[in-house]
Amino acid sequence: MITIETIGQVAEHYDIAVVGAGPAGLAAASRAAELGLSVLLADENPAPGGQIYRAITTTPVTKRAVLGEDYWKGGALVDRLRPTNAAYAPGCTVWSVAPDEAGGFELGLSLGGQARLIAAGQVILATGAQERPFPIPGWTLPGVMTAGAAQIALKASGLVPSGRTVIAGCGPLLYLLAGQLAAAGANIVAVLDTTPRRNWLAAIAAFPGFLRSPYLAKGLKLMAAARGRLPFKTGVTALAAGGSDKLTGVTVTRGGASETIPCDALLLHQGVIPGINLANAAGCAQHFDTVQHCWTPTVDDWFASSIPGIAIAGDGAGIGGAESAALRGEIAALDAARRLGRLSEAERNEKAAPTQAELARSLRGRRFLDLLYRPAPQFLAPPADETIVCRCEEVTAGQIRDTARRLGVTGPNQMKAFLRCGMGPCQGRLCGPTVVELIAQERGVSAEETGYYRLRPPVKPVTLAELAALPPTDAAIKAVVR
Amino acid sequence: MSEARRSADVIVIGGGIHGCSTAMHCAMRGLSVILIEKDHAGRHASGVNAGGVRQLARHVAEIPLSNTSMALWHRIEDLVDDDCGFTSDGQVLVAEDEEDLGNCRARVDDLTLRGFHHEELIDAAELRRLVPAVSDACPGGVVSRRDGAAIPLRATQAFKRKAQSLGADIREGVRVTRVARDGANWRVETDHGAFHSSRIVNAAGAWADRIAADLAEPVPLEVIAPMLMITARMPAFIKPVVILRKRKLSFKQFENGTVLIGGGYLGRAIRDENRTVLDWGKLATNAKTVWDLFPIMRGAPILRAWAGIEARMPDDLPVFGRSARHEGVYHQFGFSAHGFQLGPGAGAVMAEIIATGSSNVPIDGLGIARFAVSAQP
Amino acid sequence: MFRLMHEAKPAEALGFTFDGRALTARAGDTVAAALLANGIQACRQTPVSGADRGPYCMMGVCFECLVVIDGVGNRQGCLVPLREGMRIETQAGRRHPDGG
Repeated sequence: MITIETIGQVAEHYDIAVVGAGPAGLAAASRAAELGLSVLLADENPAPGGQIYRAITTTPVTKRAVLGEDYWKGGALVDRLRPTNAAYAPGCTVWSVAPDEAGGFELGLSLGGQARLIAAGQVILATGAQERPFPIPGWTLPGVMTAGAAQIALKASGLVPSGRTVIAGCGPLLYLLAGQLAAAGANIVAVLDTTPRRNWLAAIAAFPGFLRSPYLAKGLKLMAAARGRLPFKTGVTALAAGGSDKLTGVTVTRGGASETIPCDALLLHQGVIPGINLANAAGCAQHFDTVQHCWTPTVDDWFASSIPGIAIAGDGAGIGGAESAALRGEIAALDAARRLGRLSEAERNEKAAPTQAELARSLRGRRFLDLLYRPAPQFLAPPADETIVCRCEEVTAGQIRDTARRLGVTGPNQMKAFLRCGMGPCQGRLCGPTVVELIAQERGVSAEETGYYRLRPPVKPVTLAELAALPPTDAAIKAVVR
Repeated sequence: MSEARRSADVIVIGGGIHGCSTAMHCAMRGLSVILIEKDHAGRHASGVNAGGVRQLARHVAEIPLSNTSMALWHRIEDLVDDDCGFTSDGQVLVAEDEEDLGNCRARVDDLTLRGFHHEELIDAAELRRLVPAVSDACPGGVVSRRDGAAIPLRATQAFKRKAQSLGADIREGVRVTRVARDGANWRVETDHGAFHSSRIVNAAGAWADRIAADLAEPVPLEVIAPMLMITARMPAFIKPVVILRKRKLSFKQFENGTVLIGGGYLGRAIRDENRTVLDWGKLATNAKTVWDLFPIMRGAPILRAWAGIEARMPDDLPVFGRSARHEGVYHQFGFSAHGFQLGPGAGAVMAEIIATGSSNVPIDGLGIARFAVSAQP
Repeated sequence: MFRLMHEAKPAEALGFTFDGRALTARAGDTVAAALLANGIQACRQTPVSGADRGPYCMMGVCFECLVVIDGVGNRQGCLVPLREGMRIETQAGRRHPDGG
């Protein structure tokens, strides 16, 4: 592994560029490099691991039990990359991926305040997941964060919330985080579970699969541990964060009655969804996954997207968890090697077979979790008009509903022209799913029919100065000479 | 979709600002209209352009149409019940040196001789007053004070809604596959069945050459993808739209603080997939021009860049007016990346031609006949 | 508010300023983590209403932790490792593009 520290150290061309150094990206980069391909692994974080294995090589947490044994498994993924010749670029943002005219790809990178354009024969996007937007009144107040944010602060910096802490929402990660924070010494005054009771009815059909699932033992242990120790409140139907310029408490509704719990930190979690911005901006087709209830890039069995040469591995192409992400990265790398002519189709198939079997096993039981922890409708499309939906441009649910109704706006791209939702720096990451949900609800059509934002590069902002100073590429120089 | 209406007085093909404006103005004149759009109104060039409402630096052949349109822009809310985000803070062409300024002077003198007075030569002091942030090296320029900008998709959708409210039947998501003569009428075949009318308007933008080819009036239309980029919200520092003559640049700060940077650098259009690919090398040149001209912009974050799919004609002028071969066929396309401002007026003039047979607004030099192949039978 | 957990690995202390206040945090922290560790919850005002915002996702998605670092605005604090002597400032609403 060659660690890249400045943009100048990045080569002009790689066989494969892998974006994201979580489990999928680490596995893909390792596998590709082991096959003798030149590999760039670019990651915007300061250290490898992605979010699930965040700071795996640098964490200040010494008590292994705090983060749980699953976390420490991430170390092996980094250890596998170390002996290879892959170039690993931490702190490096990939802001554009586009097909070039030679059949490969041009990537826009930024590192240390400088931008570069480089070329790659194949691209594997391993951009992972993000937490599903969870718009409730007051969720923009300082003091309200995602549960994942608190987990990152714990893993990367050994930080725990110091005051009265409330955790709210739904999904396996909620219980995991509650357990981790409690073990780290946080003062958790309430865990507010929004899992709709009727989800059990939908999920029960998928229960036989779950019984054979690797999630089972893990999941039950997590839940039992958290429930035993922590003040759980189930059946939560509404939440509102309160405070004028910062959080002072959360108002909870259960069984028609409301109470306000004073707190200093409110950690929200409503499951995770694929981070689709780079794939979408690169032009990869996507669809609405009705089971996981999220937009997902469309990929085949080898994780190839609709654009030949771009594969999407890991949770970025559908939520499957860390273990499956690494396996998917592995399979995508084998197919990329086949496309580059390094492996024949038969060689690829042979090498992939055991990984594919393992992948099938690792995904068993997923459907049960997806159905059980499906967010309640009121947390997908906030009923209170004053709830901010687009945090960047401060657009409310009421404005979106009203514009959809009054002006007959049929999709999120038209909505942008009227309200600017999705046009701030986060490019819809925190509002896209909600805007779609609100329009779909207002029009009485599906999310699929409503469509999603057409995202544009740069998927992360680049300064004008960086762009103006872009060194000319080989292709541009040739064009001038010609 | 309502299955009721399969024929109308006029069928408009294409739901850009031109198609929507023509549909609206036809409906205002009491004609029944069906507008057929393969995606949604304003999906391409009309929805994603820079939004410049510009008379400045136009080709002389377009100026009458542009004048008609400008009058409508200044009462846009009365016309379409939406202000379309239109603001009028002028557009300024900045001369980068004395030679450039000399060319500006010659242009303004020429327009004056032709009886047009919307462009006005300005000196360094007036330039600084209008555009305080401009680099000190620039000696002057030209201003067109009634110019401005609007929000493109919002404007296009406003024309669509107004047309609908006047009874026009807008069919979005319907793709025209072929246009053919059917007795005295025209038959417009689509992926949702055939429509009939005695009059059809080809306002199909970057796809208009295919309609024209069906009508045996082939045109050398080039499909282009002009690129734009926009910054995060910035403190207000410039009111008018700024354009350059020598280097490519158009530069505009919206009221919300974001700054739009364009100038006509082209990406790659893949029109059959509704897709474009950006050319970052050219966008870097575009950024460098801004870096030189507006030092205040150097740290500005670029949030998004994109390109629309547009039609360009070899002479950079639109194809506008009656067919050269057929009764009942009208062309309105090929606006060559400067058609947004013309939309309202061109629709009014086209509707007048359709309804009355002629218009007082001169459109000489814009007809499709200029591309007719001499060997044609 | 956040505090360092017990039994955390020791780390070098780095000095930095936030809006002129001299503070310290641990080497290895990102700028956003360093602010949270110092009890700073709000680090920017929105350009629309001027409302206070603070780190929300800590993983580069939400753009709520935007700060000015050594005069350069619009930096995502959760992605930038803290360095000795960094001058960090609140990102105020519709900022001047040159960082001032």
